[in-house]
Amino acid sequence: MSEGKKVMGIVAQFAGTAELIAAAEKVKAEGFSKWDCHSPFPIHGMDQAMGEKRSNLGWIVGACAILGGGGALLLQGWSAASAYPHVISGKPLFSYQAFFPITFAVAVLASAFGSLLGLLAIIGVRLNHPLFESDLFKSFSDDGFLVSIEADDPKFDPDKTKEFLLSIGSGTTELLEYSE
Amino acid sequence: MAEPPLIAGNPTFGKVTDVITKILEDKTQFRWYIAFGISSAMLAVLGGLIGYLVWEGTGVWGLTNPVGWGWAIVNFVFWVGIGHAGTLISAVLFLLRQKWRTSINRFAESMTLFAVICALMFPTIHVGRIWLLYWFAPVPNQMGMWPNFRSPLMWDFFAVGTYFACSLIFWFVGLIPDLATVRDRAVSKIRKLIFGVLALGWRGGNRQWKHYEVAYLILAGISTPLVLSVHSIVSTDFATSIIPGWHTTIFPPYFVAGAIFSGFAMVMTLAIIARIVYPVNNFITINHLEKMAKIILLTGMMVGYAYATEFFIAWYSGNTYERFAFIRRAFGPYGWAYWIMVSCNVLIPQFFWFRKIRRNIVWLFILTIFVNIGMWFERFVIVVSTLSADFLPSSWDYYHPTWVDVWTLIGSFGLFFTLFLLFLRFLPMIAMSEVKGVLPQADPHHAHKANEGGQA
Repeated sequence: MSEGKKVMGIVAQFAGTAELIAAAEKVKAEGFSKWDCHSPFPIHGMDQAMGEKRSNLGWIVGACAILGGGGALLLQGWSAASAYPHVISGKPLFSYQAFFPITFAVAVLASAFGSLLGLLAIIGVRLNHPLFESDLFKSFSDDGFLVSIEADDPKFDPDKTKEFLLSIGSGTTELLEYSE
Repeated sequence: MAEPPLIAGNPTFGKVTDVITKILEDKTQFRWYIAFGISSAMLAVLGGLIGYLVWEGTGVWGLTNPVGWGWAIVNFVFWVGIGHAGTLISAVLFLLRQKWRTSINRFAESMTLFAVICALMFPTIHVGRIWLLYWFAPVPNQMGMWPNFRSPLMWDFFAVGTYFACSLIFWFVGLIPDLATVRDRAVSKIRKLIFGVLALGWRGGNRQWKHYEVAYLILAGISTPLVLSVHSIVSTDFATSIIPGWHTTIFPPYFVAGAIFSGFAMVMTLAIIARIVYPVNNFITINHLEKMAKIILLTGMMVGYAYATEFFIAWYSGNTYERFAFIRRAFGPYGWAYWIMVSCNVLIPQFFWFRKIRRNIVWLFILTIFVNIGMWFERFVIVVSTLSADFLPSSWDYYHPTWVDVWTLIGSFGLFFTLFLLFLRFLPMIAMSEVKGVLPQADPHHAHKANEGGQA
């Protein structure tokens, strides 16, 4: 057990938002693929620096809204006109005007659940991510601006990557090592 | 003239974290226990009275014929209205890029959530046989019956239910980065576990943030129509009936303006208390309170305009019943309630024209309490005074609440404050990640601008 130490990746700290953006551009130019920039809040301009595409969460939510609203309209129409037809105040059985509020409400409800569940599905819920073992990494939720590179990255090498990160302006780095 | 900074005291990112998380990491204050003791005692009263109500039936309330909707519906509309400011602050002001909202949005969203819980409780217990509440839901039952979706009461059930669910999701999504902050600072095992699960493995990576920001934007986008739709639909409970005084098209906008008006008053009242108890003066500054006072002034005048329009239309319509209902509203047996409403909602906010008053904590506190009282009376006037005189003079009656009505209202404040105190104690009351995002040093071009000598 004692001899085998597995390297999971490396974390490097930068001074602030501008420094992190500059670092992101250099890490991207170097050709890394499994890396990320961690910050206490979203940084304006980071997507371009990292070469990230737009999120496609909107499409998921849009589909949820259409399904939710459509389902609600069908349920109301079917139950009022077919399953349980009752004439109330002399109005037509399929009174689509009266069905609008609930159609709208359910579309919104489905979109809200779609946003939350879609978000969690895309970003993934990993309570035991290796990064959480690093004390340096934990500063991201306070005032830390960090780059993390995973060991799975084909370009990753414990020593060279560390040198590279220090050369692009990182003050501190920490290698994520775990005993097997 | 330069705008004052959003966050006073020019804190660092770390300082923001320290100040806010210390509130929940420090030992519980003695005065918190006192406040919690009072509010949970009130909550216990509420629990007892709900039990009594369910056991005995709705006859324990002052409901009569024709006033079949008494204080329970007054309280329902009151509490739903309170909730609206939270959504306005968190969603509408977000879309309008009003950065000052970051200090108060968590606060206001929590208030929304707890107010909607109080609101939902009232129609739930008002049905009397609450074990049959599932008849509202469109689920097949043994009688082969389906709900009447053409009824505004069904719209209301869906609108308020959706409102609660969306507010909860919006609130939780906003909390995720802050929950991660608490998790990463946690020392005890139990705190690590609880916040570790709640934060859902948040790592603040840009590959997470970019989806998170879209999710937040979408939630703001879909919550924005809710600000208008929920209270509009609540107002259709009244407006689609044929009772004179209710059957008017002005109800939806009138209700929405009143909701925002009352909600901001409640946010302000709570924010002032929080500023006294917790060290958050640099986050919730007097500038924030002044901005809220301006919104109260604006919406208060919209409400006043709606009161005037109602009277004008009653006269202009030439409808005898409509005219009678409004003259009776102001000068009849419930005239006292009408004039309390007008004084609190139309006259009192006029004080906010004065900058000195808008920036004086004591004045703000007193005036917002009056607004809260006035808005409760507005719903009382709409519900009770209108119902007490319907088309049939033989059934007219004066409505008297019972002690159960009174204590149920007081108890609902117990429920509200118990939840709010738990929130203040155990969750970050200010959205730390959002506040950090609006600090000047969060802008990547900040250093650049400062070097050029320009306004950062």
